[in-house]
Amino acid sequence: MKAYLTYFKMRLIHSLQYRTAALAGVATQFFWGFMEIQLYRAFYAEHADVFPMTLSSLVSYIWLRQAFLALFNTWTFENELFRSVLDGNVAYELLRPTDLYFMWFSRTAAVRISKALLRFWPILLVAFLLPDPIGMSLPGSFGIFCLFVLSSILTLGVTVAFTLIVYFSCFYTLSSDGLRAILTPVSDLLAGGLLPVPFMPVFFQRIIKFSPFGSMLNAPLRIYSGNISGAETAETMLLQLIWLILLMCAGMLLQKKGMKRLSVQGG
Amino acid sequence: MKLYFKFFLMHLKSRMAYKKSFFFSVVGRFLTSFTTFLTIVFLFDRFHVVKGYTMGEVLLTSGVTLMSFALAEMFFRGFDSMQFIIKDASFDRLLLRPRSLIFQVMCQMIEFGRIGIIIQSAIMLFIGVSLSGVTWTFQRVIVLILMIPTGSLLFSSLFLLHAAVCFFTLEGLEFVNILTYGAREYGSYPFDIYGNALLKICTYIIPYALTQYYPLQYLIGRTDSIWMGLVSILAPLFFIPTYALWRFGVRKYKSAGS
Repeated sequence: MKAYLTYFKMRLIHSLQYRTAALAGVATQFFWGFMEIQLYRAFYAEHADVFPMTLSSLVSYIWLRQAFLALFNTWTFENELFRSVLDGNVAYELLRPTDLYFMWFSRTAAVRISKALLRFWPILLVAFLLPDPIGMSLPGSFGIFCLFVLSSILTLGVTVAFTLIVYFSCFYTLSSDGLRAILTPVSDLLAGGLLPVPFMPVFFQRIIKFSPFGSMLNAPLRIYSGNISGAETAETMLLQLIWLILLMCAGMLLQKKGMKRLSVQGG
Repeated sequence: MKLYFKFFLMHLKSRMAYKKSFFFSVVGRFLTSFTTFLTIVFLFDRFHVVKGYTMGEVLLTSGVTLMSFALAEMFFRGFDSMQFIIKDASFDRLLLRPRSLIFQVMCQMIEFGRIGIIIQSAIMLFIGVSLSGVTWTFQRVIVLILMIPTGSLLFSSLFLLHAAVCFFTLEGLEFVNILTYGAREYGSYPFDIYGNALLKICTYIIPYALTQYYPLQYLIGRTDSIWMGLVSILAPLFFIPTYALWRFGVRKYKSAGS
């Protein structure tokens, strides 16, 4: 356990160095969020009665998503990890007396957390200061905030476990380009990265709810904004926990099996 | 021109050498723009109309924007790698050759994967045209056709702007992406949706609206003035200041590598 934590810390410090990139990211994320809110406001102005979320919930949803994009998005992969399978560097990792799955798990989580640490606060700070219709609002109660944090941790876990499955599928296919090209748009849509899930047709919502994608960024963001509350919160978080366990098991299985057939390339 | 055609064939051949990877990148691009399409369909399924625009009209706008962007990206993507060309000093090599610099950078890369977006945007445009209920006259067809190349030239000028900035910063600037990728995303909807201030910016500062909002007003019959429809031909004038900046950058360029 300690080894993984140290590795986690190492990666964290490493990634915290890229501050200029973070600043550019903040500006882009902020602009994106602003434009999106403007778009939904145009819809809201005419159709407030059929809007599936309150406007302030939606605004909070969008700002949180932009602020924590680096933490929760489904499409960030480290090329270094893919390459290590291709050029045989993964062999070094296998020689270490640590488990590859948990090494990569802590590494991926650390990279996401460090990127988010640099980016989230300027976005949220400005979002809180913005005037009413487009400004971010506080959660309903302290309890809701705690649930939001808990659900965020689960989301990070589910998302990392999901990306690890893609990494380990590389043991079988060698090139991940095809899989990534298809998964990137599909997972982004299903996780609610493009359109918040309540805006989708009911039929879609039902599928998403019971798929791993429904347990990703969609969950904490809707809990924070009050779109999910009461018993539904418990249900959502239970689903998150189940998917976390399932995806982790699938990833480990994929890794163990892949290891047996892996022939290390290169010298 | 003949030379460009040669480069075109060369890039095509090298891309075709890895057929599977090419296929997946086309499918991936197709799916990416397909999600844009789905988002629009989902939103209009619920709300039917926004600021007087119907789904057909928005799909028409979106199809035009995506197609002009994809065309610009396919041929002008070379400018996106400007930071690497400058950093490893291969720009020196380009300077020595007896061809125009812009032409040579263009020849560096042709992104055939963008065909996926072009196909998808053509489908969107087709659906948009048939759902929008526009009565097609000769003038309207001309206006619609003009929107695409003029938009493409505008986006190409923005790629050139990004490359020109690299002469001064040596790094790509991520927030220039707001001007290109951001405009592609949010140009799916007519710009007046985002409010009047933004429409003004998109008219007078970076003239996106000239190739999108104003011609659209003519197409869907909100105005009878054909000049509104033809205003798109002014948008490529944006090339002049970006070209000036590019020239200025080239003159300032000092080789960076070995």
